[in-house]
Amino acid sequence: MSASVALSVEGLAFSYGGKKALDDVNFKIRSGECTLLLGPNGAGKSTLFSLITRLYDTRDGRIELCGFDVKQQTRKALANLGIVFQQTTLDMDLTVLQNLRYHAALHGMGGKFANQRIQEELERLRLYERRNEKVRQLNGGHKRRVEIARALLHKPSLLLLDEPTVGLDMPSRQAIVEYVHQLASSKQLAVLWASHLIDEVYPDDHVIVLHKGQVKANGTVDEVLKATHTGQIKDAFYSLTQGEHA
Amino acid sequence: MNIIHFWRALWGIVGRELWRFVTQRERFISALVRPLVWLFVFAAGFRAALGLAIMPPYETYILYEVYITPGLCGMIQLFNGMQSSLSMVYDREMGSMRILLVCPLPRWFLLLSKLLAGTGVSVLQVYVFLGIAWFYDIQAPWQGYLWLLPALVLSGLMLGALGLLLSSFIKQLENFAGVMNFVIFPMFFMSTALYPLWKLKESSALLHNLAQYNPFSQAVELLRFALYAQFNQSAFIYVFVAFIAFMAVAVIGYNPSKGMMIKKAGV
Repeated sequence: MSASVALSVEGLAFSYGGKKALDDVNFKIRSGECTLLLGPNGAGKSTLFSLITRLYDTRDGRIELCGFDVKQQTRKALANLGIVFQQTTLDMDLTVLQNLRYHAALHGMGGKFANQRIQEELERLRLYERRNEKVRQLNGGHKRRVEIARALLHKPSLLLLDEPTVGLDMPSRQAIVEYVHQLASSKQLAVLWASHLIDEVYPDDHVIVLHKGQVKANGTVDEVLKATHTGQIKDAFYSLTQGEHA
Repeated sequence: MNIIHFWRALWGIVGRELWRFVTQRERFISALVRPLVWLFVFAAGFRAALGLAIMPPYETYILYEVYITPGLCGMIQLFNGMQSSLSMVYDREMGSMRILLVCPLPRWFLLLSKLLAGTGVSVLQVYVFLGIAWFYDIQAPWQGYLWLLPALVLSGLMLGALGLLLSSFIKQLENFAGVMNFVIFPMFFMSTALYPLWKLKESSALLHNLAQYNPFSQAVELLRFALYAQFNQSAFIYVFVAFIAFMAVAVIGYNPSKGMMIKKAGV
């Protein structure tokens, strides 16, 4: 396995009862790469995320995070993972600082180091001045930014984002899309971003199209366009998912 | 992965729970109102109806209010344990439980930390309740208040573990009403919290047996003896074994490969 591979998924399958949710899924994500996971509702994106984060057990196939098997070396694997879930998972009644300190404690970070990392991440997102405000007082875009800061506190190698821009207005969405793309290149961070929104794909991105539990496309934007004989990623997506909306 | 990581995470989880409890004034007050209503209204009303013989750990005839005080301490912990499990079902539905479960620590440790946090809150509630009861002339020997602490920790862990176990099996928040009807009320009323075992035997042998083997009864008896600076060995063993058993099932319930997490997903 190459050192730059942050996430490796091999022969992954998963079923709910008799219904297959994922079927022989294979892909790799490398450091510094922003990968957009596109798929209509029910494509298996959430199931895939639950398996990567070990909320569900991997029965068929193998997931490796920075070389650590998620099933066998769960803690080492999870230590390399930062995640932003689709729903807000911040405690509304605590301040931004308290939420971040809680996360730092869960990752075993000491007070001084934790404070330093919190300051770095919040300053980068221009939220440090608001650290003593309760999360409830922040707007949707700022809450999302706090969640991204939290996911990065322990310096993970892989950042998972499960539709993080759902429900946000256009400027907030654009700011987050821009920020995450910057992070991937400047921090050599591997990003796996599940999205409904095709306009969040940048020309240099890696794209995985998941449909009915199967990987229909896996490659750079150019490679996917070439394979589908289309000129735009939107058309490529429709052709791969037979016209279903993302 | 080292011991400091475990220690920091434990304090993070316990500190968060205590802070939330202290800042949520309504929760603090409502947790106290329930046992106080039982003490000031229910016990006062039943004082005349229930005659109590002298029995350990009491050395003289006692008022009914004195008898039910340890039971009400148990009630605080029972409701607190169930409330913690309710909040875990809520957290799971809302997603914040996921943040806890995806951090790089063993799941049993995370669940145990949650449990300790909930127990810490319930111990605080009990001491505030006993403080108010003191002014109502319900006073135990001062050593009893010290002995009570480890007993409260064990009974709080046992009742919290029961809540944890239930939360791993409850699919949705709406199902929680069933827990109230099928777990909390039967456990509370079929116990020695409100009436001694021999009183129950007079009315029904079956009720007497159910109450005797009810883990909540044993927790109440452990607290009752501890409050009078005495050690009830059989209650201690029963509560300890119940805690281990409930905790083991709860950990299995939250295990991704064996437990209910996967069943809830419909697999």
